[in-house]
Amino acid sequence: MPVIEYIDAIRLAMKEEMERDDSVFVLGEDVGLKGGVFGTTKGLQQQFGEDRAIDTPLAESAIAGVAIGAAMAGMKPIAEMQYSDFMFPAANQIISEAAKIRYRSNNDWSCPVVIRAPIGGGVFGGLYHSQCTESVFFGTPGLKIVAPATAYDAKGLLISAIRDPDPVIFFENKKCYRLVSDEVPEGEYTVPIGKAKVMREGTDITVISYSMPLHFAMQAAEELSREEGIEAHILDLRTIQPLDREGILEAAARTGKVLIVHEDNKTGGIGGEVAAIIAEEMLYDLDAPIRRLCGPDAPAMPYNPVGEKLFMLNKEKLKAAMLELARY
Amino acid sequence: MTQKGSVDQRARHAALGLTDEQAVAMYETMMLARRFDERGQVLQRAGKVNFHISGITQEPSQVAMGFAMNREKDWFLPYYRDYGLVLTVGMTVKELMLALFGKGEDPNSAGRQMSAHFGCRRLRIATGSSPVTTQVPHAVGFALASKIRGDGAVAVVTFGEGSSNQGDFHEGCNFAGVQKLPVIFVCENNGYAISVPLSKQTAGRISDRALGYGFPGIQVDGHDPLEVYRVFREAHERALAGEGPTLIEIMTYRVTPHSTSDNDMAYRTKEEVDENRAKDALPAFRGYLEGLGLWSEEREQALQQRIRKELDEATAYAERAPYQAPEDAFRYVYAEDNGEVR
Repeated sequence: MPVIEYIDAIRLAMKEEMERDDSVFVLGEDVGLKGGVFGTTKGLQQQFGEDRAIDTPLAESAIAGVAIGAAMAGMKPIAEMQYSDFMFPAANQIISEAAKIRYRSNNDWSCPVVIRAPIGGGVFGGLYHSQCTESVFFGTPGLKIVAPATAYDAKGLLISAIRDPDPVIFFENKKCYRLVSDEVPEGEYTVPIGKAKVMREGTDITVISYSMPLHFAMQAAEELSREEGIEAHILDLRTIQPLDREGILEAAARTGKVLIVHEDNKTGGIGGEVAAIIAEEMLYDLDAPIRRLCGPDAPAMPYNPVGEKLFMLNKEKLKAAMLELARY
Repeated sequence: MTQKGSVDQRARHAALGLTDEQAVAMYETMMLARRFDERGQVLQRAGKVNFHISGITQEPSQVAMGFAMNREKDWFLPYYRDYGLVLTVGMTVKELMLALFGKGEDPNSAGRQMSAHFGCRRLRIATGSSPVTTQVPHAVGFALASKIRGDGAVAVVTFGEGSSNQGDFHEGCNFAGVQKLPVIFVCENNGYAISVPLSKQTAGRISDRALGYGFPGIQVDGHDPLEVYRVFREAHERALAGEGPTLIEIMTYRVTPHSTSDNDMAYRTKEEVDENRAKDALPAFRGYLEGLGLWSEEREQALQQRIRKELDEATAYAERAPYQAPEDAFRYVYAEDNGEVR
């Protein structure tokens, strides 16, 4: 099976879906001729023309709003937000419109739009090219939100998102683009939205995460296994809305000690909801208090390298938190 | 005095390509919208419904706009005062009444949304919301879909002059201008954004804004429905010819309070309202038809009787109709397969 980069998995998903279905098209800033500021849409305009890989004006609410209108008209738009940091002008369109179109029309209308947005820091992007904005949209019923960590899931989840009859926000991690490569089958396959995935079997502690920090957990787990004989059970949420309750409870029950990890800041983050699900269902089966390791409750990460490093999660931070929980 | 060339001796509507029957139908629809709207106010005052929002005196231009569109093909994105438009497009009084009462059979939202939040796939009326102007980029999206598919549909989207200050208006216009999309932007300028008069909303002319986006902007007198029809026909032809969008600013006046929750005497005078009510285009249009022998007192009586009966029946039906069942109240957050969330 070929090993490909995370970014290529995303591009292939769009390319193959556009080949398969004429109603699929992409729109956003710089997505056409240039192929996106990260290169995610490279070659799409050359292959499909200006009408299906559309360079838009620099106006996020229009990018989302036009995509929503086209989706209501029966198209399958993929709207790109250049950075999730720049998504907030489109928040009204996403939260007030896309999320509510089916519900408010009593199933008369639907809005099968995909909104792709890169999240995450560690690229010297400063405050406004580094944020994880998923918690802003999390908790809005009507939206589905996915955040893959691997190339395999990136492709499979993006294909599922494009085919989904409802709006899906696809948070891709920009640090993963070229850093993460894994086996991706040629040809079409899907990864179901709403299903978490066990990435590593273990008996001592459970780590629940998604997106880039998942890889830090995997690296830390290998070292802890080798050095301390601690075996971590690792769950990749993959979809953060709707959360896979069953998958979360099963993973928590495996070890009774749970660490939830995300780069988004702690307060109001996805981790709080995951912790609440576990606490509601199995508090007395736990062997330790639920822990969270997250980005600090600062507005965003600093640009200077020292500040950025302090903000970011990494293998060492994960390893320390996992070891502490294992010894509890 | 000698005449050179030929003078069009036809009636104004005929010169615009409207048949006598169509001109009469326009008047009847305007009157139907007016009477529905008045009934809505009465029902709210009587405590039968919780809320009503009015478009009184804006109906003649709304109906003219609807008649200028292709009702089989085009997409409609109305705002909350557009009873005249949605009735023209095919919504029934019974359906509007079900929405007013918030009943389960209401095709707009099954009573989930406040009344006047229109939406009906059958009639190609896109579902709308309360945060204003979000429908403008949607209309651009419908027009983009039309361009990509080449299906010859035109999108028409309406909004108030207050809405024209929102970013979504500007972002939508700009996008459509660049892409030369088949969309007609319609500002129904009724002079007030709830209590804020036009003079405190903008220092310029709204129709002039089109210039900045590279397409024509036209201001038209909302009290002249035939002129409204004419400018919409032109805009529609431009859209179909691939010449792109048009912004049409309909000059009108809101004679009612913003909604049944508003007291307009807190910010304007009765004299001002009365002065504008006197400009109502509805009796003027009737006079126009009578002058041509297309309308009469007898026909007027018959129309009023017919509308009254229709309204009475619709009111009685909607009042008795059930609300959406509690077990259905929170369905359709996502698509369902056999009742299960996909």
